[in-house]
Amino acid sequence: MSAPMLAIEAVSAAYGAVQALREVSLEVRAKEIVTLVGANGAGKSTLLMTICGDPRARTGRILFEGRDITRLPTHQIMRLGLAQVPEGRRVFPRMSVMENLLMGAQVAGHDPAPLLEQVFALFPRLKERQAQRGGTLSGGEQQMLAIGRALMSKPRLLLLDEPSLGLAPLIVRQIFAAIRDLNEREGLTVLLVEQNAYQALRLAHRGYVLVNGRITLAGAGQDLLAMPEVRDAYLGGGH
Amino acid sequence: MSGEVAAITMANRPAVAAAAMKDAAITALVAAGLFIPIVGLRTDVGADGALFVRQRWDDVAILVVLAFFGRLGLVTWRGLRGERRPASAARAEALRRAGTFVAPLLLGLAVALPFIPGTGRYELDLGILVLTYVMLGWGLNIVVGLAGLLDLGYVAFYAVGAYSYALLATTFGLSFWICLPLAGIMAAFWGILLGFPVLRLRGDYLAIVTLAFGEIIRVVLINWVSLTGGPNGITGIPRPTFFGLPFSMSGEPGTFAGFFGIEPSPVHRVIFLYYLILALALLTNWVSIRMRRQPLGRAWEAMREDEIACRSLGINIRNTKLTAFAIGAMFGGFAGAFFATRQGFISPESFTFIESAIILAIVVLGGMGSQIGIAIAAMVMIGGFEVFRDLDEYRMLVFGGVMVLIMVVRPRGLVGSRTPTVALGTRRAIGAEHVGQGRG
Repeated sequence: MSAPMLAIEAVSAAYGAVQALREVSLEVRAKEIVTLVGANGAGKSTLLMTICGDPRARTGRILFEGRDITRLPTHQIMRLGLAQVPEGRRVFPRMSVMENLLMGAQVAGHDPAPLLEQVFALFPRLKERQAQRGGTLSGGEQQMLAIGRALMSKPRLLLLDEPSLGLAPLIVRQIFAAIRDLNEREGLTVLLVEQNAYQALRLAHRGYVLVNGRITLAGAGQDLLAMPEVRDAYLGGGH
Repeated sequence: MSGEVAAITMANRPAVAAAAMKDAAITALVAAGLFIPIVGLRTDVGADGALFVRQRWDDVAILVVLAFFGRLGLVTWRGLRGERRPASAARAEALRRAGTFVAPLLLGLAVALPFIPGTGRYELDLGILVLTYVMLGWGLNIVVGLAGLLDLGYVAFYAVGAYSYALLATTFGLSFWICLPLAGIMAAFWGILLGFPVLRLRGDYLAIVTLAFGEIIRVVLINWVSLTGGPNGITGIPRPTFFGLPFSMSGEPGTFAGFFGIEPSPVHRVIFLYYLILALALLTNWVSIRMRRQPLGRAWEAMREDEIACRSLGINIRNTKLTAFAIGAMFGGFAGAFFATRQGFISPESFTFIESAIILAIVVLGGMGSQIGIAIAAMVMIGGFEVFRDLDEYRMLVFGGVMVLIMVVRPRGLVGSRTPTVALGTRRAIGAEHVGQGRG
């Protein structure tokens, strides 16, 4: 088996005295969708942030495509071919949709036109709204914009932090369909952090369950879905 | 439709009136609480030299009544106006359209000003003053309006530019055109120096540090007597020459008047200074507009919007902040050099906090990020100062009143809208090919 695209090896991280991650190890192989599920405050978002170098890992190593990125500055990590869709979308509210998207291609140094085309094909809504301010979009559209913006850097690995946050079920399905589409057609590797464990595990090839900063379970998405402890803890006993 | 609105307004009237009465009563109470100790009791020196407390209850009563009716009027007006809000969208649109005419009109007026009949020395001097503040406003706008870094010490860079020019010119006899870029570089260097310690600060914390920075520069200028002349300042700063031709009343061949064979006049220099600051201000404007379309300028704006999102997109926040500080400071330095050569004399007194406050007020009143808004705000504020000169100390009162009024009526500044820097079809970088496809 080839080396994983992203390997996290016994990483611990903390905010001041608060230990958020305890010796977390996981890996994401090329062309995979891997999801990380867990309750509020389990450390899911922290893990994504730690991959990006903020907060830094106190111990352990993070390897991206075989390269140690544990100590690289954030902006350099983000130029290596991974992109993050941050929690809460964080689109630039007073900038237009088009400007938001171009910000994504800013540091990549390639022609943004073909990527723009691709993003508009994936989310036709964004093309309609390209002149509108980011802040005036609906929640779902903002999520599309945040994903589109991340795709503009032509990443090989996409880190998605809670894309379903505060969205109606119908929109969530649309977003998840888009993620599946990107994975199947473009071969994009995805690490998805989600509270919506049911949807996330159904979408993902593999999943990890994070509890209090530790990985407690790992396995194929469907297998995890079937496990009673996962069902009880995250799926409300059944679905 | 309008009948409907009127009916709603009529129905709301009693509610509005009741709310206004309640609000005004509370205001009157607060005013009474404030004015009874502040105005009501006053210590005076009596005939025998001892202090005694004088009571002024009638003054307190007048003030409280004024506060009551002022608040009542304001709340009632706002309450009745509230239902007609949707009109503001149309008004903003009309304003935006008017803006396309206003900018060229103002520019034409600015270029033609020295030749308009009736323009004398006073008008030109005022024009120079206004343009200096327009330039400072545009310079600070890069830091505050575009990059979103609240800088309360902008005057420091103005001072650095002025002292750089003054010292270089008086010590080494360098000409204005050599000193100008040097002054700009000096100021930019100090901008970076300020930038480093405040990289991690935002909002009010940043404001406090920049405020302190402005004061530090001023205090150093006062106390470093051997270099800066301390409170006495620097005198005898060389006046500008017309690319080597001095402005002199003698009319000799080597002077401006002699070279062009015209009657020597002191107005020549003023006109030259006027066009100089106009050119410098336009340069600032041009650079700002160009920068906004560049990746760096877009990164500034994105940083103002959301720093974390910026970092997630691979933007180097440190460099982005430092360049904003440096480029903003550079234009402050240019303006400072101009100020020094125009005055011929500078002292630390010209670079107090109030200058920073005025420049910041211009940027905020203009609507942060709007070039034309800042130009208009500078005209209103600096011109307004001059117009109300006869009011002496009361002009600060007028000034404050106008500020409050503008912030109530247009809380986002005179021109609060922001035009996107890119759109499909108009910009080469995006390419026209997928406009033609018309997908989506």
